[in-house]
Amino acid sequence: MSTRASTLTGRIMSAPSIIVLFLWMAVPLGMTIYFSFLRYNLLSPGMEEWIGTLNYEFFLTDPAFFASLANTLLLVGSVLVITVVGGILLGLMLDQPIFGRGILRLLVIAPFFIMPTVNALVWKNLLMDPVSGMFAWIASLFGLPAIDWFTNAPLTSIIIMVSWQWLPFAVLILLTALQSLDRDQKEAAQMDGAGPISIFFYITLPHLSRAITVVVLIETIFLLTVFAEIFVTTGGGPGLATTNIAFLVYTQALLQFDVGGASAGGIVAVILANIVAIFLIRLIGKNLDN
Amino acid sequence: MEKKQTPLGYVSFSVFAWIVGLLIFFPIFWMVLTSFKSELEAVSIPPSFISFDWTLENYAEVQERSNYFKFAMNSVILAVGSTLVGLVFAVTCAWAMAFNPTKRTKDALLWMLSTKMMPPVGVLVPIYLMFRDWGLLDTRFGLIMVLFLMNLPIMVWMLYTYFKEIPTDILEAARMDGATLPKEIIFVLLPMAVPGIASTMLLNVILAWNEAFWTLNLTTSDAAPLTAFIASYSSPEGLFWAKLSAASTLAVAPILVIGWFSQKQLVRGLTFGAVK
Repeated sequence: MSTRASTLTGRIMSAPSIIVLFLWMAVPLGMTIYFSFLRYNLLSPGMEEWIGTLNYEFFLTDPAFFASLANTLLLVGSVLVITVVGGILLGLMLDQPIFGRGILRLLVIAPFFIMPTVNALVWKNLLMDPVSGMFAWIASLFGLPAIDWFTNAPLTSIIIMVSWQWLPFAVLILLTALQSLDRDQKEAAQMDGAGPISIFFYITLPHLSRAITVVVLIETIFLLTVFAEIFVTTGGGPGLATTNIAFLVYTQALLQFDVGGASAGGIVAVILANIVAIFLIRLIGKNLDN
Repeated sequence: MEKKQTPLGYVSFSVFAWIVGLLIFFPIFWMVLTSFKSELEAVSIPPSFISFDWTLENYAEVQERSNYFKFAMNSVILAVGSTLVGLVFAVTCAWAMAFNPTKRTKDALLWMLSTKMMPPVGVLVPIYLMFRDWGLLDTRFGLIMVLFLMNLPIMVWMLYTYFKEIPTDILEAARMDGATLPKEIIFVLLPMAVPGIASTMLLNVILAWNEAFWTLNLTTSDAAPLTAFIASYSSPEGLFWAKLSAASTLAVAPILVIGWFSQKQLVRGLTFGAVK
């Protein structure tokens, strides 16, 4: 099948996609790397000069960087724990016989299709508003004071919103994996007297490990760059309370016009993402061989 | 787990599961409900669930005040446009990789994937500057290109996994019968690949429609889609909850419908075939 002619056509046909992707990623990335070594501010054009690693020194020693790195890790870590644990529980739930299961599954995965800006504003106003929000009313039913979510617990609020959005993703993937679990194996274990808990830990969970890895890696890639939810609700504040690395780079570039500093920040974000990406690509690459 | 369930167990577990499901769905339900309230009732405490004057006023006003239709149109053009451009590139590329693989095909696929792992902030600055210098800021053309390139790796991957499932014998038979390459693609491959192509397109439309990093950073008004339109409601002076809800409901409704139809393909597209 793979004659020389067909190999050539194959190359010609796959070339356009590879070339445009290269132009889209590699060229701008190269420019970002170059900018990151320059003093380059859009407010003082024509003053660009090579300053070596000074931008990195400024960025990496900036207290804002540590704050945003901590926020990023906290956001990613919390959302991962919530969505993976929640995803396993909901996946197990939806794997059982339930009245109207198909419709129920649609309701559970719906949040994933909500655009981030809608998600953020609905949660911020309709649900979490300290005066007229649903949560404030529920708290008042129990005689509790209303929580001013975005003032007192801004990062927690963001974590809740983002978790709600990504929970369906975990559910969908883990449910798909659960449905491929061999029923015979479970039945055999049951015959041998294994209870539901030991079946979960010795059969179900090992079977899910691969799917869980995929969920963790893919979510991490996306969660490292959460932007819109922060942009429309807190604008990174109060102070730096909800500024993650992505948002910090955005403020430096498009609000302070510090191209050099923002580029250094962008490269730091790329390196962080790559640490995760290496594992993910290896895992998918292995899968491709089978 | 697989035990024979008693009817009582079935009913009580179903009730429990539905309560959990409805709680997860509640924010969406509440948004839709609020969109039918007056502004006064939208912020009233205790909130009213059914006993309010149902009104369609918000939907009319969202259009009147802020020209909702323009933003919706932009969303449609960006989502469909980027999908169609992407399809031309992705079908040829995935076809070549699936049926004429070389030693480097796997590397090429993984490299494409790796571009998807790049955080957008890593290239925000140069892309923004290029867009500014080339007059592409706030243009539909510029944004279609960005969305197309952003989703191209996913499209190639999805189509590749679908094409891999097509038996090569059929293609060879067509070739034996003297079909030329274009004919082979149009008359043999495409009809078999239609379901895969359709779900790839749906997923791409969903992703492009909801994309909210580049659309927020590269548009201001002319090319702004619904993501940016909704974001404009975040300013404190614009706090009209009922209208926000109406605009939001309109913005998410079409994607919710498409998403519900393509939930199975979603797993394939977003995990790059790693979970089956």
